[in-house]
Amino acid sequence: MSREQDFDVLIAGGGNAGLCAAVAARREGASVLVLEAASKFYRGGNTRHTRNMRCAHDTATDTLSGPYTEEEFYDDLIRVTEGNTDEELARLMISESKEILTWIAEQGVRFQPSLAGTLSLGRTNSFFLGGGRGMLNALYATAEDLGVDIRYEAEVVAVDVQDGKFSSATCRKDGQDTAVPARSFVAACGGFESNFEWLKEGWGEIADNFLIRGTANNKGTVLKMLMNAGVKTIGDPTQCHAVAIDARAPKYDGGIITRLDCVVFGIVVNREAKRFYDEGEDIWPKRYAVWGRLVAQQPGQIAYIIFDAPSLERFMPSLYPPISAPTVRRLAEELELDPDVLDRTVSEFNAAVQPGTFDSTILDDCRTEGLSPEKTHWAQKIEEAPFYAYPVRPGITFTYLCAKVDREARIVMENGAPSANMFAAGEMMAGNVLGKGYAGGMGMTIGSVFGRIAGREAARLTPGNAGARSAAE
Amino acid sequence: MNVVTPNPGSPVLTDPLDEAERLMTVCNSCRYCEGLCAVFPAMELRRDFPKGDLNYLANLCHACGGCYVDCQFSPPHEFEVNVPKVMATVRADSYATYAWPSALAPLFKRNGLMVSLIAAISVTIFILGFVGWHDPGVLWAVHTGPGAFYKLMPHNTMALIFGIVFLYAILAAVLSLRNFWQDIGNPIGSFAEPISWWQAVKDAGSLRYLDGGGVGCYGEDERPTDKRRLYHHFTFYGFLLCFAATSVATLYHYLLGLEAPYPWYDLPVVLGTLGGIGLIIGPIGLLAEKSKRDPAMTDQQKLGMDVAFLVMLLLTSVSGLLLLMLRETPAMGILLALHLGVVFALFFTMPYGKFMHGLYRFMALVRYAKEMPRD
Repeated sequence: MSREQDFDVLIAGGGNAGLCAAVAARREGASVLVLEAASKFYRGGNTRHTRNMRCAHDTATDTLSGPYTEEEFYDDLIRVTEGNTDEELARLMISESKEILTWIAEQGVRFQPSLAGTLSLGRTNSFFLGGGRGMLNALYATAEDLGVDIRYEAEVVAVDVQDGKFSSATCRKDGQDTAVPARSFVAACGGFESNFEWLKEGWGEIADNFLIRGTANNKGTVLKMLMNAGVKTIGDPTQCHAVAIDARAPKYDGGIITRLDCVVFGIVVNREAKRFYDEGEDIWPKRYAVWGRLVAQQPGQIAYIIFDAPSLERFMPSLYPPISAPTVRRLAEELELDPDVLDRTVSEFNAAVQPGTFDSTILDDCRTEGLSPEKTHWAQKIEEAPFYAYPVRPGITFTYLCAKVDREARIVMENGAPSANMFAAGEMMAGNVLGKGYAGGMGMTIGSVFGRIAGREAARLTPGNAGARSAAE
Repeated sequence: MNVVTPNPGSPVLTDPLDEAERLMTVCNSCRYCEGLCAVFPAMELRRDFPKGDLNYLANLCHACGGCYVDCQFSPPHEFEVNVPKVMATVRADSYATYAWPSALAPLFKRNGLMVSLIAAISVTIFILGFVGWHDPGVLWAVHTGPGAFYKLMPHNTMALIFGIVFLYAILAAVLSLRNFWQDIGNPIGSFAEPISWWQAVKDAGSLRYLDGGGVGCYGEDERPTDKRRLYHHFTFYGFLLCFAATSVATLYHYLLGLEAPYPWYDLPVVLGTLGGIGLIIGPIGLLAEKSKRDPAMTDQQKLGMDVAFLVMLLLTSVSGLLLLMLRETPAMGILLALHLGVVFALFFTMPYGKFMHGLYRFMALVRYAKEMPRD
């Protein structure tokens, strides 16, 4: 096996976290190599599909409509995770997030005010101009200008770790394996959501019917290597963030445009043409993450959102047109459902709808009575042709299992001791902060904050570097 | 269930308008690019995209390339979202669609060749005209002092010929724009709305939407620069200065009775010289940027039209400046024929070439200002 020159910092993964680590380490004077498994076009993993980051700020800015204090951020985090977080790391992330807004802009990333459709996040979240790929382009340009080495289609296939100390990784590029020694290692290469064999360990065979919303490269191989090397993990190994997305989406990388948020406007039936859950339970975004799991529990892991003509233009258009038919029975035929059953499901639903005033922005008083399950809000009769349907499947966004880290983004070993020279950032350690649930933009905040910390700390292990110190310290 | 992937996720459609409709459907379900330019906010006001609206959006697109470079679904992604390229095709096709008279719309096909031919014929006719009018010796003689040009061609003849072709160009352009304005969903009565016009003047004059949302536009890679905007400013304002030079000279002639050529420090010459310099730097810069641009986001088949227009502008400025420098030598006659021939061809081909992009884009910006909330 050939051998690469020595680098101070080796980074696995070229997404937001990896690039922030690379830029931060390089700015501290370290030599940095980034190994990105994807091609140049697909570089950056799930960052490509993101759009904003959630950072605390004390005042409104050009691109943020009002203040979002650290306390409010913390409250939101506690609410979405139901307390399933490491308080110390959560508070660190939130307090660092303030500075990240300026720091990331200094690295060339541009923000824009939130516009139509995203106004609800306009105060809390900073939107990247052009979205996540625009953000990546800016970070890559900055990293290249600083002299960071970047290799594409270069996958880490092995790591050499002894007693929690990293010495080298094996990089596979064009079928050639190369040893890449480095003084420190930053793992920033995502979770394992695109590894179906691993998903099946938690979900069983039904995982075959899941769609992956982002990159096909998040196979969790480095996470697995680290686990084998005695790294402590955190987060439920069986859990993932799943939303209901258009069933016609491609297996990977369908991204944002396959999402559907029209559950409230109609009913959702399974392959048996029967309803299975209260479509009016909660407002977005809370219901968003619930439905992926619900559909996963249905036969064939598929469901159909059924609505009628007046609702067609009430929600964000999606990539695929809805399937339409002049009658409910014909719609059932199009969907290959039992027409008698679907017709009965819709009729029973319509008969149970109570009078009320429809308002999709609040928990309104439109509900059913006498159904099982009831639809507790936004219940309106489905009676005006044409009738529409969207088929949906679970779309997996990310997994929760990850490496345990400390305040320096340093990986913690099974015995509780921090690794001498291994760090983790991004989805690789997001579960430390986000043990459950999700709130928009938080993944990117974790990536940038801990990426920057990891890069800075990793660079300090370089001899002769300002602030360098021994690993024993 | 039928889980066959329907239209929007399928590969590129052959008809450019169909493909543009597919892309707008895809983009409308994403909207990440809404901060980049005017196209996406305008798209968000719509759910369906009839042909007129697509032509409007295509002319609103300044081809900065920002959305291509920032798009997670651009090729090689299977959704093949390439907005700049498809908009370039639709835009160029729209010039032919709305051209007046429609009988001359075929001039947009192989436009580069057509413009070259018309320019060559025009220059030839001017040379032959100079020779035929007088004896061949006049062409190579040295003429100086006021009225020197008019020894080759009487001023009234010159004014008449250029007046006619200029008025024709205006008429054809206005009637073409009228077709466009109606097709993009504007009743003729809604034409006059000063505030929208003023907004469009500001947006067009600053090339507000050729900056990828503030970072610049994209040429060879994913690093933005502001060069195209700079060179376009040289070209556009150079053109305006040249136009002003001609207008001032016409006023000098008819109102003040002052005959060209004018001394170098006189207003028409100063304006013309500055404009001419702009029209040399600008087109050369734009041609250079064009040659470096990633071909993936341009319509290579429409390159001829773009290049022909830039070369015509360059020939106008070069021949004009040469005429200024050599007007007291025997080369003056042939240079005057060249300059007038090129300018005549430029005017004549204006309604049937790349020149129209500015007018359609301006009208699209008026439309945009009308339908969007004010800044």
